[in-house]
Amino acid sequence: MTKNVDAIVVGGGIHGCSTTLHLCLAGLKPVLIEKDYAGRHASGVNAGGVRQLARHIPEIPLSIRSMGIWEKIEDLLDDDCSFESHGQVLVAENEEELAVCRARVAELNALGFTHEELIDATELRRLVPAVAETCPGGVVSRRDGAANPAQTTTAFRRKAEQLGATVREGVAASNIRYSGGLWRVDVGTESFAAPVLVNAAGAWAGKIAAALGEPVPVETVAPMLMITSRVPHFIDPVVILRGRKLSFKQFSNGTVLIGGGHLATPYQDRNETVLDWRSLATSARTVFELFPVMRSATIVRAWAGIEAKMKDDIPVFGPSSRHKGLYHQFGFSLHGFQLGPGAGAVMAELIVNGGTQTRVSDLGIDRFHPTTL
Amino acid sequence: MIVAPKREDYDVVVIGAGPAGLAAAATSAEAGLSTLLLDENIGPGGQVFRAISSTPVTERNQLGADYWVGADLVQALRASNAEVIHRATVWSLDRNLEIAVSIGGASAFVKAKRVILATGALERPFPIPGWTLPGVMTAGAAQTMLKSSGLVPDGRTVIAGQGPLLWLLAAQILRLGGRIDRILDTTQRGNYFASLPHAFAFLTSPYFIKGLTMMREVKAKVQVVSGVTELSASGDGQLANVSYVAGGKRETIPADLLLLHQGVVPNVNLAMSAGVEHRWDDLQLCWSPLLDASGNSSVAGIAIAGDGAGIGGANAAVVRGRIAARAAVEALAPAAAAKLAPMAALRADLAKAERGRVFLDTLFRPSQQFRIPAGDTIVCRCEEVTAKDVLDAVAIGATGPNQLKAYRRTGMGPCQGRLCGLTVTELMAQARGKTPQEIGYYRLRAPVKPITLAELAAVPKSEADIKAVVRG
Amino acid sequence: MFKRSEQDKRPQLQIFVDGVAVAARQGDTVSAALLASGRDARRSTAVSGAPRLPYCMMGVCFDCLVTIDGVGNRQGCLVPVAEGMQIEIQKGKREIGK
Repeated sequence: MTKNVDAIVVGGGIHGCSTTLHLCLAGLKPVLIEKDYAGRHASGVNAGGVRQLARHIPEIPLSIRSMGIWEKIEDLLDDDCSFESHGQVLVAENEEELAVCRARVAELNALGFTHEELIDATELRRLVPAVAETCPGGVVSRRDGAANPAQTTTAFRRKAEQLGATVREGVAASNIRYSGGLWRVDVGTESFAAPVLVNAAGAWAGKIAAALGEPVPVETVAPMLMITSRVPHFIDPVVILRGRKLSFKQFSNGTVLIGGGHLATPYQDRNETVLDWRSLATSARTVFELFPVMRSATIVRAWAGIEAKMKDDIPVFGPSSRHKGLYHQFGFSLHGFQLGPGAGAVMAELIVNGGTQTRVSDLGIDRFHPTTL
Repeated sequence: MIVAPKREDYDVVVIGAGPAGLAAAATSAEAGLSTLLLDENIGPGGQVFRAISSTPVTERNQLGADYWVGADLVQALRASNAEVIHRATVWSLDRNLEIAVSIGGASAFVKAKRVILATGALERPFPIPGWTLPGVMTAGAAQTMLKSSGLVPDGRTVIAGQGPLLWLLAAQILRLGGRIDRILDTTQRGNYFASLPHAFAFLTSPYFIKGLTMMREVKAKVQVVSGVTELSASGDGQLANVSYVAGGKRETIPADLLLLHQGVVPNVNLAMSAGVEHRWDDLQLCWSPLLDASGNSSVAGIAIAGDGAGIGGANAAVVRGRIAARAAVEALAPAAAAKLAPMAALRADLAKAERGRVFLDTLFRPSQQFRIPAGDTIVCRCEEVTAKDVLDAVAIGATGPNQLKAYRRTGMGPCQGRLCGLTVTELMAQARGKTPQEIGYYRLRAPVKPITLAELAAVPKSEADIKAVVRG
Repeated sequence: MFKRSEQDKRPQLQIFVDGVAVAARQGDTVSAALLASGRDARRSTAVSGAPRLPYCMMGVCFDCLVTIDGVGNRQGCLVPVAEGMQIEIQKGKREIGK
């Protein structure tokens, strides 16, 4: 039995869930297919940074669009997603790095973007009192913040289902094909057919794109994170570094999350990762130097989420260059969480209206495959 | 004195110096394999032979003959060439057989050709109302203090639960002059009938006479209430009362100390974090690793011996340790295996040691009401999450223990689910009408024991880091 | 709650609990020494501040967490006492950087 729906979304990460929800809001009946459960991989276990700061220029419009949704996330999802906005601060560890920050902010201002603001040592110390005294300044994006990624992805999924989406978890989408003017996908013993297919399968999306004749330069990566036991509150904003790999933030419950992009070895077929403790030790050393107060904190857990990283570090987002009704939404390259709410909204506009006011044209798959449509 | 491992690579690394680990390390070293035994405790023995080399309890009959068997195992280990490090906390093991171990506040990495996990068992969670109150402890905790420090209860003491350990502990406390006011036996009456078909094997096992004698010894001195169907602890910041129902009648008694015990379950954290596949055991009501007859797990090179392989008791643990070690020797140095007891003889020893186990498992299968709590009873001690909290999360879409983390922080505290994992799985299974196997367990992660940031920052740099400096 | 057996002939030593001298025996763990001392050794949790004492004494429950010689969140049931050891009972979230 084939069930006809309005759209098939493959992948229950924050992107797939957000697009499914926004399709529901536009009056469509989509099906969401997730081989494990929503938020099982990177979307549920990332650092939760809600960051416009330090983004690649082509994705800034999407990030700004998304920020507007984040600020009203509870209205959308009936769940606060533990979103808190205390800003994100990029720390320059020396004068050379501060010069790079200065040039970056000037470049953004020239393009009309004002969310990043250069700060001096005094303002840095005011925002992040615990930071090592040698740091000369940095950049702040004051509307930025952080949320609980598993809670957020789960909330998108839950709301989508409440608004009429069909959700299938625990069985992979298979036999993806286009016939009789419709996209058709098998899910276990079921089949779904729809005029629209969204490929939001994260680390598994590259294979789907390739199978449909649109291979892209993508690799599977697993950025590592570690978290401490609860300590008294000492820092508000999320901190990232200009020079070294580090992201750092304290949750309201007192735990401190340490990330920054050091990679584990992913075993994609087994849904497994093997951590690289020597790289995590590098992160620990960076924190040791930058936040002396943290030296006696205890690390209670470390993990890594599997995701897709593009060679050019910007996502593949928008219509297929070869197939009618096919849309790609993957390859967010370690910085897709904040984009999730906005990307779902924009994708729904592309699908329903055939266009959007948000500039996403630099993110299309046509940068790899000139369109044949 | 702080001793780091002498080498970076070993043929065999054994983790845990209880009966299985002691036997495995001695066997492996005897066959000439380079062998490292890492153990978290101050001295050898694990839980069952706790403080075997240092106990202040010198009157041998007080701890019983079964305890002193441990001394022979320690002697055999010391006679071998195995390198032994105590107070060594293994905090990571991965499928590449790389082990991270914290010793005296500094971490080292060692590689093994084979790893034998002998991390044993822990006491099954006993989530009754008030179980987090100061003054409520496990029976095993009291036994640990008794063996290692000669400490016995001297306030108003109640022991509640079921299983062989409970009676052994009671006998030991009494022999050392400690106080027990009442024993509340929670063994379900129906279990006596259910276990009958397995009784013959038990009657002919060594457990039978010993167990009966010990129960008589205790019952002569302490009031024992059997058929207890409800149990709770209460007090304001400290245990004050124990309340129970037996034969439909409720009674509340004042108490300073409540010792709980309803059997032991495999300590799965290190094995699961290394990726070893486990299955729900419907008889023992816990997760057990999938193992072949030699103890080899689903991860190549990792074997599991002792109660971590499924509860079998100390005698079985010793034999499983020897089997796992022999299998390692056969794989790494086949010629040396001739020195060791033949596999067939070891398997016969194991069958003998496991005799009567099904009877015990069936008789002492803990009741549902003591495994699956309700209402405000705390499930997750670390994050203080109640049964109601878990059920509320299930009602709005949490489908398993890992999804539950998005709603509640169960299992995310320092104990990493050791004290709540089984409860969460069974509670969610019941609420969702699924089997525990379908519901699953927490994905466990290193470090399986917390380490300080400073300790992690001080670990040796990676080869890539060193090269970068050299090039620089 | 607990008393020592008369046959315990291990040498005594002295530790300090929140600055107060307490007698212990060589071979005791920190948690055993605290429980044997008869002092109020209840910590309070980092989540709600609820009082706790050691529960398992074998390194799995983390209810024995204590600050030992300035290092916080140690499992008191796994650390043997030493002459002059400084123990602090942890109250709530543990301060770092002190």
